[in-house]
Amino acid sequence: MKSLEELERIKKEAQAMTKLREDKENTKIVVGMGTCGIAAGARETLAAIMDELAKRNLQDVVVTQTGCVGLCEQEPIVDIVKPGKPKVTYGRVTGERARQIIASHVVNDRVVGEWVIATG
Amino acid sequence: MAGIITVDDILTKYKGRPDALIDILHEIQDVQGFLSDTSIIKVAEALDLPASKVYGVATFYSLFTVKPRGRNVIRICESAPCHVLGATAIINALEKELGIKMGETTGDGKFTLEYTSCIGVCGVAPAIMINEVVYGNLTPDKIPHILSEYR
Amino acid sequence: MEFYRSHVLVCGGTPCVLGGCKAVRDALIGEIHRQGLSREIKVVETGCLGPCDLGPVIVVYPEGTFYGPVKVEDVPLIVEEHLLKGRVVDRLIARERPAEKEIVKYEAPSYLGPQKRIVLRNCGLIDPESVEEYIGRDGYAALGRCLSQMKPGEVIDLVKRSGLVGRGGAAFPTGLKWEFTAKADADQKYILCNADEGEPGTFKDRLILEGDPHSIIEGMAIAGYAVGADKGFVYIRGEYVISIERMQKAIDQARRLGLLGENIFGSGFGFDIEIRKGAGAYVCGEETALIESIEGGRGEPRIKPPYPGTHGLWGKPTVVNNVETLANIPPIILNGPEWFRGFGTERCPGTKVFTLTGDINNKGLIEVPMGITLRQVIYEIGGGIPGGREFKMAQTGGTSGGCLPRELLDVPMDYFSLAEAGSALGSGALLIMDDSHCIVDIARCFMKFFRHESCGKCTPCREGTDRLYEIMDMVSSGRGRAQDIDLMTELAQVMQRASLCGLGQAAPVPVLTMLKYFRDEFEAHIADRTCPTGTCGL
Repeated sequence: MKSLEELERIKKEAQAMTKLREDKENTKIVVGMGTCGIAAGARETLAAIMDELAKRNLQDVVVTQTGCVGLCEQEPIVDIVKPGKPKVTYGRVTGERARQIIASHVVNDRVVGEWVIATG
Repeated sequence: MAGIITVDDILTKYKGRPDALIDILHEIQDVQGFLSDTSIIKVAEALDLPASKVYGVATFYSLFTVKPRGRNVIRICESAPCHVLGATAIINALEKELGIKMGETTGDGKFTLEYTSCIGVCGVAPAIMINEVVYGNLTPDKIPHILSEYR
Repeated sequence: MEFYRSHVLVCGGTPCVLGGCKAVRDALIGEIHRQGLSREIKVVETGCLGPCDLGPVIVVYPEGTFYGPVKVEDVPLIVEEHLLKGRVVDRLIARERPAEKEIVKYEAPSYLGPQKRIVLRNCGLIDPESVEEYIGRDGYAALGRCLSQMKPGEVIDLVKRSGLVGRGGAAFPTGLKWEFTAKADADQKYILCNADEGEPGTFKDRLILEGDPHSIIEGMAIAGYAVGADKGFVYIRGEYVISIERMQKAIDQARRLGLLGENIFGSGFGFDIEIRKGAGAYVCGEETALIESIEGGRGEPRIKPPYPGTHGLWGKPTVVNNVETLANIPPIILNGPEWFRGFGTERCPGTKVFTLTGDINNKGLIEVPMGITLRQVIYEIGGGIPGGREFKMAQTGGTSGGCLPRELLDVPMDYFSLAEAGSALGSGALLIMDDSHCIVDIARCFMKFFRHESCGKCTPCREGTDRLYEIMDMVSSGRGRAQDIDLMTELAQVMQRASLCGLGQAAPVPVLTMLKYFRDEFEAHIADRTCPTGTCGL
């Protein structure tokens, strides 16, 4: 890192990348992969999501991870961000729930209200 | 078989680095499962330290063991947050399922039961750690299923 | 279109997990209905209104009156006075308007409720394995500013003025600590990050290590620049497998971008960080024991003074800072000390991360302004006690902290107020227990922990923890003797005065506070050989 200008450039690029990702009409699925998430079964949830996306051949969905947000009681936690819509956070997402969320929310735009723990 | 790491490989990597003693012991235990007298003496010679010092370090830290253990080490958190939420029932379930007491190893060498202090996942207490994987939100009826993955 | 003479905005609307606003909203709707105002007053449930540090807030339009923090019991007064009679309730008006205090530029998710996230600004929002995402949210801008626009002394002065005190438990002023090491004359100095988070019930550092590792690297590099150290170590406990992986990835990425290494930002300043992995010893959280461990020895504490600030790692001047302390540094540099002092209390500015465990509905982790009360944490953020049970006590500060009974639910939680109440804020662990638990059983569990974790170097701690456990075990199994309460008190006091390090000095604190507040339960076990809660098997 040579200068503040260089840092600023990386920052702009990173923000542009995030924006590009959002603009590309992609749905983003974010899985909480901290230790408590994993201890509560986030790996199985992630595997179920990947499997379901592959089975349905959904190309325009990006799956990423994040750290723990502090709601350990609700782990595993999955965020669904559809383009132009506020983030929807689901709690206690088992593999089975993940599959239903993909079928209902990701594919058919029907939020599964029962499992939502936060929005926005 | 090629690719197996020996104690000598590890010691070559850390040659002349007595400050790396804990890292060295971690790596040897990862490879051999425990810290044998032979390994401890080898480490002492390689780092030019008294064997008593190396043994002292190996027995000070609870993640190290100088006795052979089972292939899968199950660590049960016995700290207060897990205790309050029912760790005792989990201990009973594990002892019953494996037919051994805390601190023991099964006859087939597959499992060892140990206590640990807090593993920092109190939000999903009670919790256990099998090798390096943490399981949380436990109830006694979940134990057989979790163990079946390691049998 | 229907016409309402007033609109009342209230936090909520979304399933607010950690927010305490729902109860207020429900009370408000109920009260408006009861007063027959439902057709005149419209209650609008909004997302987070922003001034989360004020607690549940409601805004009455058209006046724009801002009330906060509003408790459920305040609601009838507001409805009666303001909505019915048109008189503003001065007592409940928020002292500061939200816009001036609002600092979080990014989206504030609705589950945060009255939380204020400075330390956890990125946790759960960014991919911790992407340095670009960290930079995208102002990451490394503070380091850049320090290296290119500030002198080391100015950095220390700024941190001093912020009033930041160490978040590991000892609450020592961070700026002062840096200054000691900066002034020490030596050819080599070190920055150590204490990530040996072993206090039972605490997992805040893990969350930062796993969720935002670059914030720690940035904090350490700034500390290095301020005191003149070019080398840092992060000592992470061996049980934190994922933390170690993520931290190593973050260090590699920072090196790749030249944010660690030689000549950072073309300033001539160089800094690098290595991870040291612990091997399971609670006592290594004590700074001199941690230093012994990094040097490759048994983690036994050293006699202080001299302090690590002048005689630390390999005898060199060394700054030892907790993870949470370091994560506070970049935002303090970027926003200034006055901004930081806008949160928390006069003596303890800023926020504190608490971990909620035990008998509480919303177990997990929260970041709130210093000085919040235990009652607010349990009932407004934590969602109360499950199963309709009663609160019995909370242990603050982890196993070495004190127990707070119901009478102390309203003590402000900062380092000094809790110390004055005979407890300790410590690492920020909050273990909540309902009335089903037996005090003696819990005390025995605590002493079992210390008996195992005492390093054995000094006699008061080694023998004291063992004997306290023995007595506690006898009491809990119905073999207690009349003199045992006095004996435990005396033993505990000797340990507090004579132990070498914080472990032995703090170990008897839970026992002493339990004897103070729940003496009758101990007496019942001893005199009547019965357990009042009927749960400890006696």
